[in-house]
Amino acid sequence: MTAETGTHATTQVLRAALGSQLIDVAEFRGDLTLSVTRETWVQAATLLRDHPTCDFRLFLDLCAVDYLDQPERPARFEVVLHLYSVSRRHHIRLKTRLPESDAKLATLTNVFKGANWFEREAWDLYGIVFEGHPNLTRLLTHDDFVGHPMRKDYPTSERHVLQHPKERLLKVPEGSEKLVLNIGPSHPTMHGTFRVQALMDGETIVDAAAELGYMHRNFEKMAEVRTYWQIIPYTDRLNYCSSFMNGHGWALAVEKLLGIAAPPRAEAIRVILSELSRIMDHIICIGANVVDLGAITPFFVMFRAREDIYDVLEACCGARLTVSYVRIGGLAEDVPEDFEARCRRAMDSVREVLVQAERLLTRNIVFTKRFKDVGVMDRDNALSYGWVGPCLRGSGVAYDIRKDHPYSGYEQYDFDVPVGTVGDCYDRYLVRMEEMRQSLRIVEQALVKLPRGPVIVDDRRVALPPKADVYSNIEALMNHFKLVYEGILAPTGEVYGYTEAANGELGFYVVSNGAKCPWRVKVRPPCFNIYQAFPEMIKGHMLADAVATIGGLNVIAGELDR
Amino acid sequence: MATRVITVDRSLKPGIWPLVLGHWETLKNLVRTLILRQASTIEFPEKRRNVSGRYRGIHILTAREDGTPKCVACFMCATVCPAECIYIESGERPEKTIEKYPTRFEIDLLRCVYCGFCVDACPEEAILMSRENDLVGTTREELIIDRDRLMARAKLLDVGTGYHPSEHDVRRPVRIAAIEKLKQERGIGNSRPPRG
Repeated sequence: MTAETGTHATTQVLRAALGSQLIDVAEFRGDLTLSVTRETWVQAATLLRDHPTCDFRLFLDLCAVDYLDQPERPARFEVVLHLYSVSRRHHIRLKTRLPESDAKLATLTNVFKGANWFEREAWDLYGIVFEGHPNLTRLLTHDDFVGHPMRKDYPTSERHVLQHPKERLLKVPEGSEKLVLNIGPSHPTMHGTFRVQALMDGETIVDAAAELGYMHRNFEKMAEVRTYWQIIPYTDRLNYCSSFMNGHGWALAVEKLLGIAAPPRAEAIRVILSELSRIMDHIICIGANVVDLGAITPFFVMFRAREDIYDVLEACCGARLTVSYVRIGGLAEDVPEDFEARCRRAMDSVREVLVQAERLLTRNIVFTKRFKDVGVMDRDNALSYGWVGPCLRGSGVAYDIRKDHPYSGYEQYDFDVPVGTVGDCYDRYLVRMEEMRQSLRIVEQALVKLPRGPVIVDDRRVALPPKADVYSNIEALMNHFKLVYEGILAPTGEVYGYTEAANGELGFYVVSNGAKCPWRVKVRPPCFNIYQAFPEMIKGHMLADAVATIGGLNVIAGELDR
Repeated sequence: MATRVITVDRSLKPGIWPLVLGHWETLKNLVRTLILRQASTIEFPEKRRNVSGRYRGIHILTAREDGTPKCVACFMCATVCPAECIYIESGERPEKTIEKYPTRFEIDLLRCVYCGFCVDACPEEAILMSRENDLVGTTREELIIDRDRLMARAKLLDVGTGYHPSEHDVRRPVRIAAIEKLKQERGIGNSRPPRG
């Protein structure tokens, strides 16, 4: 089925079931948006999930948007849901409108397990009440925080005294002899600052709850007062283990909004650096995971290759971690002369450490005993929680955006998608190892056919003119001034740009009202959904298994808390 | 290209031999590091890495031949800065060809995210970045560096800059050719602008 007939069929199904309750059907840049009334919100979401012609089982994202002082809009708030159908291969956006005086909506937690934290986030940041939600408390901000910071009329200079730490995340029955154990927020097995509170019966975890937000800086609010260009450095701080890929995703989302495409050379370089970043991310994930189990050698061995990849990035853009190398419409500048040689050196060292890590781990009996059949996630739950990337593939769903919706020229490269069968830690480990080998294949092919040409679009509304022109002629100088002062003026509309980042689908939902800054940016962080499932996964298991599981989920606080 | 899905092989049997192989790898690394001295780490701070020629370190304000700042106080860098760390106040220069210069130019290095956008935005090549990455101060004020300190760093240019406009080397001929052409068209002689 082609995408067009697919979207058409979905609209038909919803129209047949809801009639006039389906308020609006819109399509912009290939994204289908269906708006329904708030009364039919749960019904529509359930229908999209269960109807055989829809089959939108993968929960992606739920967020709110505040349209303050926009008289042409019928209501102030909108709640936006993004879903994906693995079998039909398309995305859908479902929206509903809520007036300011009565910002209440029925909860979707019974339809998608992943909706839980997203609804808490929407309540926390926008003050939208989800009726029937099991635990509608603040998620990203502190409990003492006053107001809802993402609302457009929130005074940003406001300061609050936040002094009462949240001691208890769990309800412990009176007189219980069970032990409450805090893992984190500052603990070696929590890779970043986040906390899990477990109720222990001996060595077994009876109940668990997770807390996050320690590194929350409200990237999305900052993005609302930055131009599309200025947001690039902020994206580096999302998943800081593979920072280049965030910028890549952001650039593609904005390019989709603008309706432009980067030149082939820029796309090929982006692919090379993204794949190298993916290898880096997987190295950290596996390395840190086995350190939790007590094996430090693989960590040190694998980090040698990571160092060589950082050298490639530094040669290209002058920074190892905070790369800021992409620009809207291409790249900041061309790669250095010795780019290929550096890449090959990095690839050689990755090959070498993969062999070593394989010998150290894959058939090591201590390792397999700790990993096999631990932290099992079945396919349906993984989809309902909105798992993506290597974790979802470990559970047996072959969803890889590079294959299913190729971007940046991924369709030209020959590579395979590894999937697991059981969905345990061992499968996730094997999938990551195989993905690194596949990434090497992609880099190899991209290096061989790296096209020549410019690395940024020749469009003065998007890209700065070449410096030689700026220094020598007035037109270029004026273009330069205009672009710096006015920024990129995107058309009015909304897009959802998505890429396969190291952890899975990294989405940027961008709403533009034609100004130089986006009206709303929502990041769909892959590990947010993955971490959400963690407390459920460890219930009834040993504490040591929880430690083995968390590392393999690769939760990155910068991306989790935004 | 058609989707090719491969299922990972989890049937590999663990045993004693893999443990021996693993120890062999560990032993190899030990020999490599301790005996062959091929460690991946370096003895910082006695030894330092060579950073790339595009390294985004602490900024440099460049100077004209007469030692005055090349900056024309156009506020482009301050506008584009995502961290809002650049503060400029401008004054008038006596000569008509240049018009303005910064009386104050401060960069708050604690706010700066070293993204290099100021370098991209500068139309005069007045701001560059160095390869310097040692940043030590005992107070916050000390790390707000002003115009004169930014300019005194120009000696770093001799040891090589960090992030700078990519057409750095081809720029000058282009610009000189453009100016020569302009002069010819207007019949202007080689009179240099008066020094301020």
